[in-house]
Amino acid sequence: MQTLSDLNVPTMEASTDVQLSLRQVSKVFPGKRGLFSRSSPDFVAIDDISLDIEHNTFVTIIGPSGCGKSTLLNIISGLSVASTGTVTMDNQPITGPGPDRGMVFQNYALMPWMTVADNIKFAVETVYPSLSAAQLKQIVSENIELVDLVGAERKHPHELSGGMRQRVGIARALAINPKVLLMDEPFGALDALTRGYLQEEIERIWEQDRKTVIMITHSIDEALLLSDKIVMMTRGPAAKIAQILDVPFPRPRNRTAVEHHPAYDGLRTEMEAHLYRETRYVEQARIQPENRSTNTDTP
Amino acid sequence: MAVSPSLPHSSTAKPSFQLNENLKAALVFLLSLGLFLLFWEVGANAKWFAKGMPTASKTIEELIWWVTNPFFDNGPNDLGIGWNLLISLRRVAIGYVAASLIAVPLGILIGMSKVAFKAFNPYVQLLKPISPLAWLPLGLYIFRDSEKTGVFIIMISSIWPTLVNTAFGVANVSDDYLNVSKTLGASRMRTIFKVIIPAALPNIISGLRISMGIAWLVIVAAEMLLGTGLGYFIWNEWNNLYIPNILVAIFIIGMVGLILDQIFAYLENLVSFGRS
Repeated sequence: MQTLSDLNVPTMEASTDVQLSLRQVSKVFPGKRGLFSRSSPDFVAIDDISLDIEHNTFVTIIGPSGCGKSTLLNIISGLSVASTGTVTMDNQPITGPGPDRGMVFQNYALMPWMTVADNIKFAVETVYPSLSAAQLKQIVSENIELVDLVGAERKHPHELSGGMRQRVGIARALAINPKVLLMDEPFGALDALTRGYLQEEIERIWEQDRKTVIMITHSIDEALLLSDKIVMMTRGPAAKIAQILDVPFPRPRNRTAVEHHPAYDGLRTEMEAHLYRETRYVEQARIQPENRSTNTDTP
Repeated sequence: MAVSPSLPHSSTAKPSFQLNENLKAALVFLLSLGLFLLFWEVGANAKWFAKGMPTASKTIEELIWWVTNPFFDNGPNDLGIGWNLLISLRRVAIGYVAASLIAVPLGILIGMSKVAFKAFNPYVQLLKPISPLAWLPLGLYIFRDSEKTGVFIIMISSIWPTLVNTAFGVANVSDDYLNVSKTLGASRMRTIFKVIIPAALPNIISGLRISMGIAWLVIVAAEMLLGTGLGYFIWNEWNNLYIPNILVAIFIIGMVGLILDQIFAYLENLVSFGRS
């Protein structure tokens, strides 16, 4: 039962600089209810998640696989609708996808028929249709410069490496000047070296205007290097927030300085303990037949 | 000793190996063609084949004559092969363009809605396997005109592959592209023209390619019953019982089909951008 007092919570906390607020958000994927076929039970992906994100913070969401991280991000992006609960940004409820939230996809999602410049231009032109050609060109080249892709403007995505493609993806998301940047495992498909390089690139780019970022990751090191806050989730189904860690490392950061910070090992151990424990349960649940119904992966 | 200078060259440079492969294929092709023509020539002279089978040299001689004298007009039963080819191509072009103008937009509409896809699928599946010639009497009855009937048959038979492929391509546009479009807040029209159609273009072009192949197959068969064009040329030469010209026409039909197909293969390549 949603009461008025629940809805009032974000407004009350607005004074403490809350940009994005989730209140008791749950997502239930309805089971199949065929006329003749056997019906499958409903799947509760995330259950009763409340989270406040302040302006200009870098937040990572980390959790065992299948815990509904992507579901949560999709709800914030508006691509998916929460079954219960509310999501508000700057006190306005989120009702659908919109250009105030830029999205970076795990598999880049670049249009293969567009060049690097055209991919970015398509985004800017869609969001700001009234811009002149010169202004468009200016924004596109600025963002290509930002992600260090000068010279690749006229190439098509299939001519680029995975790391370069994701830099285009990041440039496209930033070019529309969103209030929040959402990244769904942006480096998940990259090799370890490219990933490390792009993490440092993200840190460099982020320092420029410290736009709020919500990033999903599987990597403890990545979370520690980049974030101000780490949201650790429990295993699915019905995943919840287990703990929110504050990351105290000074900015601007670099990998070596972060790894030598006195708080680093403690945070790392805490995260490992939680994530490995949760992952162990997930793995075991896949083996034990009585838990078979729980191993459905969330989309 | 004579081999040694070429050894380092062939072992280091990959392009030269590629060239060798193509060169080998060309040699095998030419050799097999030579053997085939030789067998034909000898066999025809020795009367191994059916009675009246022309020799290879006679057929090639006719081919050269027809190709060097393509445009003459001594009435419908003695028309240069160039004119006949243009007549056939014109019919194919009109019928094919009309079919494509219907099939591509309709395919896009059907592909965008799951309900429409399922609802219209039975029609397509029923009409697709019908032999184009089965439409001929119906066409003649409706239009009372051989020209219009020819175009009608081309249209009705080349509509289906384009329609099916377009609908399939549009229905299977990656969710990633659509999600990008949604998160940017793109309008429905912008999504259709900037995302869905370009994403489905490889499927649309391969549908058009299959349709073109079918149109070219159908026109020859249809023209045997219609009065002009390459199909009629063959039929006329059959009535004259002059086999070399039939063989010449078969060769030209094959060559034109090959060229048309290659044009579409080129277009497919042009819109693929690394997608298979």
